[in-house]
Amino acid sequence: MIETKNLSFGYNSQKVLKNINFIAYPGKITSIIGSNGTGKSTLLKNISGLLKSEGEIFLDGKNMHTMRRNEIAKILSYLSQSTSCSVALNVFEVVLLGRLNKLSYKVAEEEINRVMEVLKQLNIEHLASRNIGELSGGQRQLVFIAQALVKKPKILILDEPTSSLDLYYQLEILKLLKELTITNQFTTLVTLHQLELAARFADKIIVLKEGEVFKKGTPNEIITTKMLREVYRVHANVITNEENIPYVMPYSAYQYG
Amino acid sequence: MQIAIKTYDYKADIRRKSLLLLVGVFICLFSLIGNILVGPAWLTPIETVSSLLKLSYVDSATNVIVWTLRLPTALMAVGVGASLGIAGAGMQTILANPLSSPYTLGVSAGAGFGAALAIVIGAPAVTFIGPYAVPFSAFIFATLSSLLIYFIGKARNLTSETMILSGIGLSFLFQALQSFVQYIASPEDLQSIVFWLFGSLTRANWFNVSIIFLIVVITLPLMLQDAWKLTALKLGNEKAEGLGIHVEGLRIKVFIMVSLITAVAVCFVGTIGFIGLVGPHVARMLVGEDQRFFIPLSAIFGASLLSIASIISKIIVPGVIFPIGIITAMIGVPFFFSLILTKKRGYFS
Repeated sequence: MIETKNLSFGYNSQKVLKNINFIAYPGKITSIIGSNGTGKSTLLKNISGLLKSEGEIFLDGKNMHTMRRNEIAKILSYLSQSTSCSVALNVFEVVLLGRLNKLSYKVAEEEINRVMEVLKQLNIEHLASRNIGELSGGQRQLVFIAQALVKKPKILILDEPTSSLDLYYQLEILKLLKELTITNQFTTLVTLHQLELAARFADKIIVLKEGEVFKKGTPNEIITTKMLREVYRVHANVITNEENIPYVMPYSAYQYG
Repeated sequence: MQIAIKTYDYKADIRRKSLLLLVGVFICLFSLIGNILVGPAWLTPIETVSSLLKLSYVDSATNVIVWTLRLPTALMAVGVGASLGIAGAGMQTILANPLSSPYTLGVSAGAGFGAALAIVIGAPAVTFIGPYAVPFSAFIFATLSSLLIYFIGKARNLTSETMILSGIGLSFLFQALQSFVQYIASPEDLQSIVFWLFGSLTRANWFNVSIIFLIVVITLPLMLQDAWKLTALKLGNEKAEGLGIHVEGLRIKVFIMVSLITAVAVCFVGTIGFIGLVGPHVARMLVGEDQRFFIPLSAIFGASLLSIASIISKIIVPGVIFPIGIITAMIGVPFFFSLILTKKRGYFS
């Protein structure tokens, strides 16, 4: 579980996040949405301990500010937005690094098997021997998702995990994340730009606007024409399909004045 | 039709890398033996080996040549080469820059200036440490250069860009100071300075060989202890931190070790270029950047390259030991170009 209490953060004197309060529960996908520059990635970095925030963050009931970096890494996996990586390591080795806390000088059989299991789960075992620098952006994103999943974290934090993926993989990966979240009781927190994906896969959505929580709720409560106008500044229709999932049909950007 | 995909075998890959490490050790051993066998005094291999085995019938002149000249020089080549290889590997990892070498951070320029200064003020004659005044001064200024980079870098969270830029800046500063010292030096001192800057293994003796090996024996296991963390660091700061690594602490630790190992190596033999740059590149092409293999192989290739360069320096002009600093750069540059031209994606970035 993740709980934030009055979380605030600023770069120098400029406040990026202001009094963020929310709870993300195990077995559920919580999605953070909002327009560009509203602090979504900054929020995830704060929760992952990569940036030092004001206020309190509780990871599985424990105050994060009292935890050391490797203690946090034991229970939490963080996937950054950047997929750029050029290093002389193959895919297997990169994914293996996800088990950093458990690796001894000689890699145990159990660790090798775990890496292969995740590579198969993501359908990328054929890439295992390829150098990470030779892969496409989308393939690299899959490798880093594998690295995040390989340690079976209690808390999974993913910043735009589908941004470089094609439509097929966007759906496949989010479906897999949903399954893993339920079966392993992960607390999954994910930022998504595509509202359709958030609507389809998230159990709860938190909307950020100018560094503050604009609204929290289920996809049906959140994705409304009013929210799209006020947060995203677009005219759009929202329709609901037969599965009761809201879909956005944008028309035009909102003109001020 | 189904295309069969060959499954990757990690353990086979590890066996391959271990084998390469073993081959590297043998190359290093052969180059060490070759280096002991070759020299301006044309001893036969049997005479040399007999002396090494301390057989009673070997004459004392042969024993002196082998035990006080050839063996320390050959071991010095291995020790310094390994030091520069380890330092280069460490530097390229913490600075995330394949152009880094132990010299990037101005350490050699600092050492050069320190040596030149000691020569000009006549330190060997006036200080109680006598002949060790020049290496001592070189060591002090090499360390000073590292300390300056640390304090400048600290102001910017020790980012690689800040460290590289301050290193380049300090290199220019120390080179200018060294030029100034050369400018005011007497012709005899100037000759000594230039000869020191060429780099030479002939300054080897059992004392400085022991110190170099001691530093290698201390730093290598300490770096290998963090092998996994250093491997993860290559993924970038943010990813490494996300994996639970205290990036700044790791950088400082490796930086201190690399500075120490470089300062010690350079202060005894002078400026020997390219070993610290090329050794890690060869290692990277063969085993990638799993630091469990990358660091030892960088050391082994550094040691082998310097041993081979030492052999060449002894046979290129018969009866004369050519300055090894010139040889390493002359064989290092074409070799380095060949590496660049045959590079694979991901190896240099």
